[in-house]
Amino acid sequence: MSTPSRYWREIPQRYRLEANKCNRCKLIFFPPRLLCPECKNRDLEKTKLAEKGEVITYTIIRVPPAQFSDQAPYAVGIIELKDGVNLTGQIVDCAFDDIKIGMKVKLEFRKLFEQGHAGILCYGYKFVPD
Amino acid sequence: MEGIIGYGAYIPRNRIKVEEIAKVWGADAPSYKRGLMLEEKSVPSPDQDTITMSVEASKNALKRAKIDPADIGALYIGSESHPYAVKPSGTVVAEALGVTPEAHTADFEFACKAGTEGMFVALNLVKAGVIKFGMGIGADTSQGAPGDALEYSAAAGAAAFIFGRDKIVAKIVDTYAYMTDTPDFWRREYQYYPQHGGRFTGEPAYFKHVTGAARGIMQNNDMKPEDFNYVIFHQPNGKFPLRVGKMLGFKKEQIEPGWLVNKLGNTYSGSSPLGLAATLDIAKPGDMLLLVSYGSGAGSDAFIFKVTDRIEEVRNLAPLTRDLLDKNKNYLEYGEYAKFRRKIRKAD
Ligand SMILES: [Zn+2]
Repeated sequence: MSTPSRYWREIPQRYRLEANKCNRCKLIFFPPRLLCPECKNRDLEKTKLAEKGEVITYTIIRVPPAQFSDQAPYAVGIIELKDGVNLTGQIVDCAFDDIKIGMKVKLEFRKLFEQGHAGILCYGYKFVPD
Repeated sequence: MEGIIGYGAYIPRNRIKVEEIAKVWGADAPSYKRGLMLEEKSVPSPDQDTITMSVEASKNALKRAKIDPADIGALYIGSESHPYAVKPSGTVVAEALGVTPEAHTADFEFACKAGTEGMFVALNLVKAGVIKFGMGIGADTSQGAPGDALEYSAAAGAAAFIFGRDKIVAKIVDTYAYMTDTPDFWRREYQYYPQHGGRFTGEPAYFKHVTGAARGIMQNNDMKPEDFNYVIFHQPNGKFPLRVGKMLGFKKEQIEPGWLVNKLGNTYSGSSPLGLAATLDIAKPGDMLLLVSYGSGAGSDAFIFKVTDRIEEVRNLAPLTRDLLDKNKNYLEYGEYAKFRRKIRKAD
């Protein structure tokens, strides 16, 4: 289980989808890194991911990691965002039968999981039908 | 001049009908529907709370205001369902929006009036020149005890307002507050469900404070009900806002655009703010609006707004409140609803 400090370090990505854009090859990548994964350039700028995209593929999780046990079964998809970045996340507010490859989705801020009954609440993005 | 520069709403997709709740408790659905003037209510998904709905409503407000979130100097959330007992909701919302770190934030609590309290303070800080932009949010995912009359109405939703000095969509004409100590509804620490004083929540509570605030602000501004195009009251059920409007001399047509409760339920701190958002969605330049909230305990905040030409430019930059209410609904059975709202006790 992640600690409050690890969760806190990831807040810029989890809450605001902060990513990097390479000033040489123009690649946008997420999560942010020190080097461009394509051309190893260090000249990067901060950017934000697009909030809409399309489902590339998805699966239904029936045997989840411990902190998601209350949520199973749930759908997890790989989404191609409008800026070309692929992002993995839950697809919610949608019956499993209605999820289709190519379906248009958008990001919404949701509670991802709770650290037990007394721990912190962890927030971030999920996908919903657009 | 100061006023609203952006506004946004958020309503979860899930609904439950009065019949579905009444069936479980052996209650007479038609008499509840008639008595409360309610048909269905919104229900949050298990991963939605005051924080998540506040973020979504605020993002819609930012789409209309078109400002840099970092320029917001104060962000206030009013709710009676802040997810933490100790730890602010406002920090999460401010961080998600990109308002941090140079901003003041506070979580307000005053039953259903908390949302307009946040608006009142943010707006008046802008007026005082302390901050450039201020944000007030009303949001709730309220719970009624199973089988209690409140279970038919306690709903979920959020509305956010950004206040500023330039490019305003509705100019603030005046604010007013009216309150006394009246124990009509409460929840003690560690109690899961609130308690209420039954009929005591009517005359000495809702009606006294809403009429007190409405009459006070109209008198201070030398205005009468017929001087307003629209009026928005707190909506604990369908009947109260219509009855208080009649008592004050407003017509049904002035109330209807912001009267969402029959299909939405009582969104507590989100209730009158969502009504204001829905009214701004249809208002024309020059229209005069009166907003009167109500919070048990008890008190009302009142606001007079004058809509500007800019409303036409910003209206369609974010989802309209009625569309959030009427489109993409997902109806729940009581079992799913009870699971979503954690009314089922599970093994540890
Ligand atoms: Zn590169």
